[in-house]
Amino acid sequence: MGAESLTGADKSSIAELRGATKRFGAVVAARDINLSINRGEFLSFLGPSGCGKTTALRMLAGFEAPTEGDIYLDGQRVNDIPAHQRPVNMVFQHYALFPHLTVAENISYGLRQRRPKPPAAEIEAAVNRALETVRLPGFGPRRIWEMSGGQQQRVALARAIINEPKLLLLDEPMAALDKKLRHDMQIELQTLQRKLGITFILVTHDQEEALSMSDRICIMRDGGIVQIGSPRDLYDRPKNRYVADFVGKSNFFEGRVTSVAGDTADLQGAAGISFIGHAGAGIAVGQRAIASLRPEQISLSRGDGGVPVTVVNRIFLGEHTEYLVQNPDLGQFLILASRQAEAGEGNLEPGETGSVSWRDGAALILNND
Amino acid sequence: MTTRLRTILLLTPAAAWLLAMLVLPLVVVVVFSFGERAAAGGYSAALTLENFANLGARWAAFKNTLMLAPAGTVLCLLIAYPLAYYLAVKADPKWRTLLLILVIVPFWTSILIRSYAWIYLLGGQGIPKLISTLGLGNPRLINTPFAVLIGIVYGYLPLMVFPIYVSLERLDKRLLEASADLGSPPWRSFLQVTLPLSMPGVATGCMLVFILLMGEFLIPAMLGGGKVFFVGNALVDLFLQSRNWPYGAAVAVALVVIMLVTVTAYMRFTRRWAGGRDDVSLM
Repeated sequence: MGAESLTGADKSSIAELRGATKRFGAVVAARDINLSINRGEFLSFLGPSGCGKTTALRMLAGFEAPTEGDIYLDGQRVNDIPAHQRPVNMVFQHYALFPHLTVAENISYGLRQRRPKPPAAEIEAAVNRALETVRLPGFGPRRIWEMSGGQQQRVALARAIINEPKLLLLDEPMAALDKKLRHDMQIELQTLQRKLGITFILVTHDQEEALSMSDRICIMRDGGIVQIGSPRDLYDRPKNRYVADFVGKSNFFEGRVTSVAGDTADLQGAAGISFIGHAGAGIAVGQRAIASLRPEQISLSRGDGGVPVTVVNRIFLGEHTEYLVQNPDLGQFLILASRQAEAGEGNLEPGETGSVSWRDGAALILNND
Repeated sequence: MTTRLRTILLLTPAAAWLLAMLVLPLVVVVVFSFGERAAAGGYSAALTLENFANLGARWAAFKNTLMLAPAGTVLCLLIAYPLAYYLAVKADPKWRTLLLILVIVPFWTSILIRSYAWIYLLGGQGIPKLISTLGLGNPRLINTPFAVLIGIVYGYLPLMVFPIYVSLERLDKRLLEASADLGSPPWRSFLQVTLPLSMPGVATGCMLVFILLMGEFLIPAMLGGGKVFFVGNALVDLFLQSRNWPYGAAVAVALVVIMLVTVTAYMRFTRRWAGGRDDVSLM
């Protein structure tokens, strides 16, 4: 991203939040957010409700002015520029389509606000192109309430992209869609983003959505940013338990750090069970920490060479089988076994005993926060 | 079958009431309108169009009604809309209920008593005296169309405020954010989003006020002093004073026809405005 100078914005960044804080009375909705958004990237704000992700988005849109700090758009400080003058468009959570206008009138709304107003033929051509882009050709004369949820979402998208904004903000746009439709839309959005080259900023609480679509994810908690990185970074190198828990599934085992060598740490868990793996930032010998182990990193077998467990539950997921197992010292945890791995041994039934193992270095030793 | 029976049982009281209190009297009025005045007043059976041919004699009443009812409706609308907008959008929610109650409070006193108050205010000892004391002329207010309009606005304002308030209050504020996001300054968002979406409330309010005003007789009687009279006043006169029931019936039928025509035209118009939406009802 390059150095952030204090005088002007970075050339490669299309938008920046610098120490942006938003207070509503005594409530701090966003806390000292520093973020530089790259031109053309797909960035997601991920976190539970109330984590500040929507406030961050609304500050970029111009619906909220930061109490402290600055917002930059394309090198220009925009704190005092109202929403209607910002070259930014938003796809609202419940679409906020105008019920008294047709699909075409909704989509052309942004162009019709420009002064001087573009000629009617130009607007019509742009609307038709936008309808093509979101794969709703010929739907222009329809009324909003005649459209299904998925179609309304496309209309909302067309209404935003027709203006060729510098930033396209998406506020949980898929929340109201069913699972199948959501998946299709995710792929479509990603394709569209590459085609248009517009910077997309997505707010979501759905980690799968964020992981599958984003170039970078910004994990948030209590109004602040916890970690920013590519989906792979966040998955493989979470900063702490919160990130590991939010990105993908993981098992957590508490213990004490017994040694740190380079970036590898050894954590002594319950009953002296040892977890060796990459040490997160700030891990020191003697402190209490947790070991994070992804379910697919643990292998389960019938023999008794490892940590003994009893199968509590088993869920067949097609290519994989998810086991919930129990160990008297470690408690319950999840294992994801691939079909190949199980082939020789046959399935373990609930109630049967076996043993689990993981290779050294598989665990992540993290701060428990 | 039982659900059908239940439906019939549930609808019977309303149907009986409407039949006895609305349909039957209406039939009587229509029948009377073709009759003749009996020698001592009242109705004598006949089949003549003479009553309708003579409607022109009451032209002044029709003219006043057809001018002051729409004018009163428009005046109510112009005053009620900003008030409703303030109550629904701008007012602090803490005070909203109190302010709404203040709008209704005048309704707790009879319109008769309130009109007496206006007689005094607009009469020789009231506002005109104040104006002449200040040396600003010697206006005459009572018994003018202006006085009747004041009475109308005063009496009917809440009926206009409430439907508009409800439609503005229900308006999804996110639509205004969407409008701003798409580049519209606030005043244009008002014209393009708020105003069209509050039209159902405007239509309901106008309908309520207009229909009631067409039949109004108390306010013109008290503040118009026999100079500015409505069709309602003509009817009272014809039925109770000159006892020319058939002619009164013809005037009443004419009024009903005029109302049906204007209300139907109005509904057509508002429906087109709303683009044929289902959720736009008049009430």
